[in-house]
Amino acid sequence: MSLNPSHTQTPHLGLFVSGLCKSYGPVQVLADASFEVRPGEVVALLGENGAGKSTVSNIIAGSTKPDAGTITWRGKPYSPASPAAAIDAGVGMIHQELKLLPDLSVAENVYVGRLPMRGGRIDRAAMNARASAQLKRLGLDVSPERKVRTLRIAAQQQVEIAKALTLNAELLIFDEPTAALGGEETELLFQQIRKLRTEGMSFIYISHRLDEIAQIADRVVVMRDGRIVARHERADIPVRTVVEQMVGRSVERMFPPLSEPGSETLLEVENLSSPERSFQNVSFSVRAGEILGIAGLIGAGRTELVRAIAGADPISSGLVRVAGKPVHLNGPAAAIKAGVVLVPEDRKAQGVVLEQTIGENLAIGNFDHVAPNGWVFPKAVQKFAESGISRLGVKGRPNQAISKLSGGNQQKVIIAKWISRPPKVFILDEPTRGIDVGARAAIYDVIADLARSGMAVVVVSSDLEEVLGLSHRVLVLSRGRQRGILDRSEASNVAVMELATS
Amino acid sequence: MAVSNDASELKAGSGAQAAASAKLSALFAGTMGPLIGLVLLCLVLSLTTDTFLTFRNILNVLDQVTVLGIMAIGMTLVILIGGIDLSVGSVLALAAMVMGFVAHPDHLNLGMSAGIVTALVVAGLCGLVSGLLVTVTKLPPFIATLAMMSVARGLANMITDGSQIIGFPDWFTSLSIIRHFGFLSVTVGLMILLAIIFAVFLNYRATGRSLYAIGGSAEVARLSGIPVKSLTNWVYAICGVLAGLAGIVLAARLDSVQPSSGFGYELDTIAAVVIGGASLSGGVGSIGGTAVGVLIIGVLRNGLNLLGVSPFIQQVVIGVVIALAVATDTWRRRAQ
Repeated sequence: MSLNPSHTQTPHLGLFVSGLCKSYGPVQVLADASFEVRPGEVVALLGENGAGKSTVSNIIAGSTKPDAGTITWRGKPYSPASPAAAIDAGVGMIHQELKLLPDLSVAENVYVGRLPMRGGRIDRAAMNARASAQLKRLGLDVSPERKVRTLRIAAQQQVEIAKALTLNAELLIFDEPTAALGGEETELLFQQIRKLRTEGMSFIYISHRLDEIAQIADRVVVMRDGRIVARHERADIPVRTVVEQMVGRSVERMFPPLSEPGSETLLEVENLSSPERSFQNVSFSVRAGEILGIAGLIGAGRTELVRAIAGADPISSGLVRVAGKPVHLNGPAAAIKAGVVLVPEDRKAQGVVLEQTIGENLAIGNFDHVAPNGWVFPKAVQKFAESGISRLGVKGRPNQAISKLSGGNQQKVIIAKWISRPPKVFILDEPTRGIDVGARAAIYDVIADLARSGMAVVVVSSDLEEVLGLSHRVLVLSRGRQRGILDRSEASNVAVMELATS
Repeated sequence: MAVSNDASELKAGSGAQAAASAKLSALFAGTMGPLIGLVLLCLVLSLTTDTFLTFRNILNVLDQVTVLGIMAIGMTLVILIGGIDLSVGSVLALAAMVMGFVAHPDHLNLGMSAGIVTALVVAGLCGLVSGLLVTVTKLPPFIATLAMMSVARGLANMITDGSQIIGFPDWFTSLSIIRHFGFLSVTVGLMILLAIIFAVFLNYRATGRSLYAIGGSAEVARLSGIPVKSLTNWVYAICGVLAGLAGIVLAARLDSVQPSSGFGYELDTIAAVVIGGASLSGGVGSIGGTAVGVLIIGVLRNGLNLLGVSPFIQQVVIGVVIALAVATDTWRRRAQ
């Protein structure tokens, strides 16, 4: 590890970034960032939200201009004026939100903007043949004439990569490429990156999933508050070290100690199946004060299962009992009334109304509490909001726009919304998705407190560490089937993955 | 919404004054821009004409905007939940024709009350059908109400095979003519009363607040236990009833009903709501804002008439005002 910006550079034809600075008004988002990417190398860029990773990659990909600093690429000074200029120079970026045209074909997407022409018309035969060749190179077997909309997210990402390859990219920047991928799909992506690396391509790899870094990266660059705070020459560094460098302080512990569950069974699920067969014959129960984790690969039916229990999606058969009483699951309202609440997977689309204030968001769904007789007075909303805010330690005021809060604080607002009812069963789907590593511990504390106060808690997460660290027991789903329930003592990475891939 | 919050935050701490200004800004939430526009418009017209700023003319303006105003209340609810209703002009005509057909001595002759009630029920049913097309059939609101616009207009024409019905009892036409206490006709009073009722409903009733949540994000609202589908049906039904009521008011003003009436009114109505600061993507808007939007359109038409500007040029001016109002609103939001 070296913190010296002018550390010894072996001459090579890769990328040298030196002294990049960028400010927006008085806010400096990037300060003196320097690093290098050698040919055939994967460099992981780590950091919390706002650490400056995106700014660096946007500068390299030509969509942002730096205030100061230089870049050398393949031995020549490089300052792309636009993404198109970057692409011409062989630098491509695969964004987290894919930039494809869903109603056009795979081949059209690969060649958009430079469709092969013959005699004034598009040469479809040539376009399809060439696109097909690139897809084969990636080991992808889809028709180039298929509409992109009909492809899975993972396949859509492959189309983006194929597009970059046809543009002769030699450096690819991946921004959280695996955020929407399952285990097998991630493995396929890694295989492709390894293959392309042997052909001399370089990669900058941005991810929040620290466990992936050791698998794919050659070196690691850690950023914090716009600065590069650490460079590691190897990728197999302890997660804890990286986390501490990312958050800038020592991390005592991520997960709170768990309290002993009570004896009363609050949630019983019997032979629950979904009409689309996304889950079948699932049965489990959760006691008061207990946290049940639900693990599984993407597409295993975890989200579908908990949404059904919360009344958000219909079921085809089975029964849910809350505190011994069967719940007629014909909508979220019925589930909430029975004491089952859900913190949904997609915070921005399902959890908060971004145009509204914190107070208004807290009041949605609680008008029966806030407004006896149906009269909602601003003072009552304010009071209700203040109690929720102080109970969960949200950093904000009731009349503040919720869009101004960090992800972690927004998540706390969603949890606070339900806490006063109080619910019997609290379900959280991906509670820390998109939340900074440093802010996650606070969410874990809140979840442990929910259990301690006597609720039955269900936590769904793609982050295996999170499920193992938080749960008394872990239910593992695979392809919609329940593969087993592991006790905390027997739940390990290996044991869960074995069941999840069975 | 955002404006009122900022305004109230800025002044937080100066006690009673802050509370008063917060109340004022809550009433005209997000409408300070249009309100300033309205005031400027009135100032200019007061200076350039002798007749604009007279008691009589102000009453004229209010009379002239009753039909638009009543429809705009329903449209505000629809736009708030992220919908749109293109059928209000046709529903207005259908309701008026139904009333005329049921009540008029040349036709069923069942009396005015029967006519009015039937008209409101039919209008409400039209709205409900639009709502069901949106919630059950999952049609986009634009398409569902475009279909209803055509169906209602066709039905309005079928009732009398396209001809008008003329002549209603004196008491009915006097609803819009006689000014009680020297200033208030029943129809204008009805519009003001409805505006107050719906303003209170949207600001202080749980159901009203739920409409803002639905417009902000229907999925968030649904997962929070708000009955999104049934509220959506209700909103379209109410919008239909209010369009029907506007048809009855128009009949009283004209002492006749015709199947071609209300043509293009849906666009005026949407314009008024949007000028008043509502967002077509839902979740933002208020009755106070809509009232300002309705008055801007009313004052503009009235003032341009007083200035002797031709109706063709008036259309151009109103188009420019719509673009200006929404553009300034967008700029201001971005500046924040």
